[in-house]
Amino acid sequence: MTATELSFYDRISDALANPEGQLAIAAGARAKHMNRASAMAEFPNMEITRERARHIRARTLSQLDYFLAQFADNVESLGGHVFWAKDAKECNRYINEIARAQDVQLVAKAKSMLTEEISLNESLQASGINVVETDLGEFIVQLSGDKPSHIIAPILHMTRQQVGNVFKEKLNVPFSDDPATLNAVVRAHMREIFLKADMGISGVNFGVAESGALCLVTNEGNGRLISTTPRIHVAVMGMERLVPTLVDLSTMLQLLARSATGQKLSVYSNVLCGPRRENESDGPEELHIVILDNGRSQILGTSLAEILYCIRCGACLNACPVFHSIGGHAYGSVYSGPVGSVLSPLLFGDSWNLLPHASTLCGACKEVCPVDIDLPGLLLKLRAKESEKGESPLWMRLGQWIYAVTTCNPILFGLALRTGQLISRILANEGWFTKLPGPLQGWSAQRDFPALAQSSFRQMWDKSSKG
Amino acid sequence: METRIANIAFVAFVAFVTHPAPVNASPRQKWTENSIIFQSIMNIKMTKTTQSTAQLLVTCMVDAIYPQVGTAVKSILNKNGCEMKFPPQQTCCAQPAFNAGFLKQARAIARHTIDVFTNTAGPVVVPSGSCTDMIVHHYPELLKSDPVYSLKAKKLSERTFEFTQFLVDKLGLTNIGANYNGRATYHPCCHGLRNLNLVRQPSTLLDNVKDLEQVALPCAEDCCGFGGLFSLRMSEISGAMLDKKLNHVEESGANVLIAGDVGCIMHMKGGLRRRGSNIQVKHIAEILNDCH
Ligand code: SF4
Repeated sequence: MTATELSFYDRISDALANPEGQLAIAAGARAKHMNRASAMAEFPNMEITRERARHIRARTLSQLDYFLAQFADNVESLGGHVFWAKDAKECNRYINEIARAQDVQLVAKAKSMLTEEISLNESLQASGINVVETDLGEFIVQLSGDKPSHIIAPILHMTRQQVGNVFKEKLNVPFSDDPATLNAVVRAHMREIFLKADMGISGVNFGVAESGALCLVTNEGNGRLISTTPRIHVAVMGMERLVPTLVDLSTMLQLLARSATGQKLSVYSNVLCGPRRENESDGPEELHIVILDNGRSQILGTSLAEILYCIRCGACLNACPVFHSIGGHAYGSVYSGPVGSVLSPLLFGDSWNLLPHASTLCGACKEVCPVDIDLPGLLLKLRAKESEKGESPLWMRLGQWIYAVTTCNPILFGLALRTGQLISRILANEGWFTKLPGPLQGWSAQRDFPALAQSSFRQMWDKSSKG
Repeated sequence: METRIANIAFVAFVAFVTHPAPVNASPRQKWTENSIIFQSIMNIKMTKTTQSTAQLLVTCMVDAIYPQVGTAVKSILNKNGCEMKFPPQQTCCAQPAFNAGFLKQARAIARHTIDVFTNTAGPVVVPSGSCTDMIVHHYPELLKSDPVYSLKAKKLSERTFEFTQFLVDKLGLTNIGANYNGRATYHPCCHGLRNLNLVRQPSTLLDNVKDLEQVALPCAEDCCGFGGLFSLRMSEISGAMLDKKLNHVEESGANVLIAGDVGCIMHMKGGLRRRGSNIQVKHIAEILNDCH
């Protein structure tokens, strides 16, 4: 994945210039955030469960090689196929090959950010295969040629009216902004897709190592349909998405839905064990699980490995005041919000290094993360990594050098204070600066800057202790 | 001695029985409840061994822009039996470097601050949640592999307190006889709120200010968008966040906005001035020092 043509700053300006979209995003995210808060408040022993969940993730990742082997063995003994994909290319090639070999015409997809990450749809479509997103939000994104703006709620940025217009335009139905009507339209449209599809493709919320089971969580039941009706089910799983046991899975599920939407449990939590067996009435004839690395093994074992604990609940996005202000698209990456600001530079490279700076380190994300990932701490580490490599802008490096020399020397610090006072005396107007130069411009675009006090605290202290 | 221990045990027991944390309490509430018990015990101890000397780490921004906040802190603590010292070699806590990822610079400044305070007596009081957080949580982490400074950092972190934390938790004060006529709303600054759990301390102190009418701030826990260098590097986002915060402040109907960090105060004050608003912005120490 590479950064889009527009710079991050341009995307931010664009996002802020669209108040309607920003309102939709802020309202949607805040509603989810509040739902989460009330669901957690009535969840007994929330903190203990959270601690346990973190522990489960930590243990899984510390022995990931073992659990992955166990998982793969179990999947194979259930009759599934396992493919280890190093990167997006390998993964897409493998799925294309199956599709070609099995003469697949139509693919029904459940929502999966991982397949967004590797642009699987585009790759299949390039081989002439019809791919239909079956999650309502993703379907609307696909219809309108857009990108998901939130890892859980793909159309967080859209209003009901906008959705109604997309339907009217693309599906030739009369305009309506009533959710029930819109739902009915999609339901009718989707039934056919589910029945006709040759292949179902999904992500994986959790793989259970002890049994080789896959857990798929959806609210619409589309995950269940695409993993049971089509002949072939392909599940693409990030290599970190394992839990050791079913009991561990139950801990994670208790937190996942509550964190994501405030539900006690998602409407459909499916645990799928292998393809259809003899005498079974449903299930795919073939099950392929693609275990994808795509940069994850490079994070493992580093000081940033904690980000791999993430269960993609989206709670940190909903809590983040920066996300509320600019929405998901401005980040430019499939992963937005605090988790995206950490993941994007790690998975997709240095062109994403500005993202970790888009945070005030307010800590709202860490407070809600169900596996207690220290997101502000990871953002700081990424910033440190960047400055260590000397990649910060020149004004920043220069400024930091001057700042450090001055603050390590009280005499220089006193001098700097006096200089500031002098500048304030000459240039400030009624104790304020309304226009600042150079890198300070951004500040004065929206707020005034105070003049320095004409007597600093240390000067006052000196005077009073002498006098 | 034995009777004192018995007293403490008794108070602890009573506090425990009378203050059980509600079953459905949030972690923050539970923490608060537990610390009330803890404080009841500590207060007894504190009254016996009142702190006599404390060091003021005034923070660079108070020093340069809002010296009246430092003066207020000094006079409040003086009135409550604390002699305040101001080590004149102090400069800045290193947050601008640390938060930008310039760890080499941050370490140098941290070492300087540690040197300034190492041979001073008593607790170190800081009128800022984020600077306290820096010293208490980040100094030890930053210097953990420094053979000389790791221990010094830990020692300093153990004796450093945010201003309201010091008043309530260390001195056991909840009402300091302040009097402020106004309709106020309180913005909990992020680092103090989330990293130091400053909830109960400022609210108790403000509740006891005579004539102070308090109104709720909608979405109070949302960040104001300051974030230090963030406000320069991501000034547009910062400005958008500030706008939302100030809308909420205006919605609250308050005529004075109170906060505990002058960085956020400078940000919100600058934004309000740009809007032409009459709402005043004050550091909590300024409110508490008002005793007409
Ligand atoms: S980082 Fe935490 S809060 Fe954010 S999506 Fe991942 S698990 Fe959820």
